[in-house]
Amino acid sequence: MSEKKIRVVIAKPGLDGHDTGAKVVVHALKDAGMEVIYTGLHRTIEEIVNTAVEEDADVIGLSIYSGAHLPLSRKLMEQLEETGLTDRLVLVGGNIPQRDIKTLKEFGVCEVFPIGAKLDEIVNFIKKSVKEK
Amino acid sequence: MKKPKLEELKEVILESGIKVKAVYSPEDVKDINFEKEIGQPGDYPFTRGIHPFMYCKRPWTMRQYSGFGTAKETNERFKWLLEQGQTALNVAFDLPTQLGLDSDDPFAEEEVGRVGMAIDTLKDLEEAFTDIPINRISTSLTINPVASVMLAMYLVVAEKQSIPWDQIRGTTQNDILKEYLGRGTWIFPVEPSIRLIGDMVEFCSKNVPKFNPFSVCGYHIRESGATPVQEMAYAFEIAITYIQEVLKRGLNIDDFAGRIAFNFDIHGNLWEQVAKFRAGRRLWAKILKERFGARNPRSMILRMIAGGGGGGLTIQQPENNIVRGAYYALISALSGTQTMALCSYDEAYTIPSKKAALLSLRTMQILADEMGLKDTVDPLGGSYYVEWLTDKIEKKIVKCMKKVEETGGMVKAVESGYIQREVSRQAYIREKKIQSGEITKIGVNKYVMKEEKADIKFHPFNPKVAEEQKKKLKEIKTQRNNSEVKDALGGLKEAAQTSENVMPHILRAVKSYATLGEITKIFKDTFGEFKEPVGL
Repeated sequence: MSEKKIRVVIAKPGLDGHDTGAKVVVHALKDAGMEVIYTGLHRTIEEIVNTAVEEDADVIGLSIYSGAHLPLSRKLMEQLEETGLTDRLVLVGGNIPQRDIKTLKEFGVCEVFPIGAKLDEIVNFIKKSVKEK
Repeated sequence: MKKPKLEELKEVILESGIKVKAVYSPEDVKDINFEKEIGQPGDYPFTRGIHPFMYCKRPWTMRQYSGFGTAKETNERFKWLLEQGQTALNVAFDLPTQLGLDSDDPFAEEEVGRVGMAIDTLKDLEEAFTDIPINRISTSLTINPVASVMLAMYLVVAEKQSIPWDQIRGTTQNDILKEYLGRGTWIFPVEPSIRLIGDMVEFCSKNVPKFNPFSVCGYHIRESGATPVQEMAYAFEIAITYIQEVLKRGLNIDDFAGRIAFNFDIHGNLWEQVAKFRAGRRLWAKILKERFGARNPRSMILRMIAGGGGGGLTIQQPENNIVRGAYYALISALSGTQTMALCSYDEAYTIPSKKAALLSLRTMQILADEMGLKDTVDPLGGSYYVEWLTDKIEKKIVKCMKKVEETGGMVKAVESGYIQREVSRQAYIREKKIQSGEITKIGVNKYVMKEEKADIKFHPFNPKVAEEQKKKLKEIKTQRNNSEVKDALGGLKEAAQTSENVMPHILRAVKSYATLGEITKIFKDTFGEFKEPVGL
């Protein structure tokens, strides 16, 4: 029997419209055999959590370039907790300064892939982490 | 000495898919008719430049993008830039403003004043331009779906400075179609958004004759992944869509085509960029003359801001971006741009520091004053390679435009997500090529160094801006004449529901200190919102 496909929601929270990075990651994950749901722009955290529930996502990836990654990620983690989705793999990508990575991980984000991250790294990290869960 | 064989050389293929030979000669350009296709600068088809003497007479305009926090802070940065010799302003708004949200909107949280200045009412824009004589500068307002509101505010600021509208020079970016393709600040569906642009063009052609009501941005399409050929082709298809909208209103092409402006991107191969602009000028002139029957040569010229190059900058070894910026400026000048703006070296990280913004300005000034770019027009004209490549790229742009037209035109192509898919696929291909080393990026996949922490100062984000804006909003709402606001908004709603031009109604609303959010809500209620096609 073939292995169950890994399900990923790639989301653009808030007002930021830089979606090239998110779309490139969507392509890369699809090429790696994953089922990827892209939310499109201007999503609220509530909408993203709902999508994750509806799609039964293993992985939620936020892409943020505007600088608002800390408050948005914190909000996501809080709402995942409230919804009981604490077992989901949460990733953050985009224009994320090095100094904020530690804070994001303290919020419960599993890994951060700032600009310049390799697509292979992202794919391998997801495969490895989902398997271990 | 043994001569290497041609076959031993590495094959060169440009991003646009054009194969380049090691050597070019007269044989390669023998079919290009010099008089017809190249001609003189300032003459149809303007391949060599839109003015007869170009920079010999006046160098390009230098216009760095800036704006952050409150209008007051932005006003200080504007004045400082003008003192340093910058000749025009390019205004950055925060995301809530760009999306028509007031600073007290819950969805605006965390974004007020972050990537540009916050504008809620006329009061904010008045503050941003305090003590700046707006009849002596030209101002570019980088805003799209609610450009009509910002234009109205700017015109009222002019009135309050006692400056007649016919002296106002500037541009509203106002290119909604490219927002759906990249950059992403869209609000309303495609059709009514284009109608708003038509209203602005119609209004400006009669009342603000020196203002460019829209600037078509190949820039963001390229930044989203498009090849140089796609950048030009999609920008032209977008411009054609707007032209057709305005023509529907009974205006003559020569009434407004002279005010169409473009914004293009520079990064990548030098020769491909230069040829892209030379080909673009030629093709645009042909389209305007042959397809739209323009008679006035002013209607046929491709006037542009070119520069930026954000997509070429790297987060690794950020000082390398200073050097890249200088090369992009050189390309921009060799391409015959009218206005230049450069991304600053720290821009991959943060809003540019004063030091980085000044360095970008000095880069352009050194180029203009020390390197001979003002000596002669189109110095690359007549080069076997550049003329050959210009011709090849023109043909490729025509082919790419045809493909869009075959899918039913730009509006359909955007609504269905066709262009978005094409562009994101290109972005993926390019990223894979960078990661495999097929496209070289110094510091990323070649000459990689273990780096110390980059010496970049982050622009501080001031969360108090939101509080200040909210307080100001509250005050204005109690001080203004609320029945006048209600009347003005009612009038606007009626106009939006019919085909009446909305501009006079927006002006009235703005003057009564209706907020940007209140005005936008009228449009949202009337037009609805865009549904993004998310399939890739």
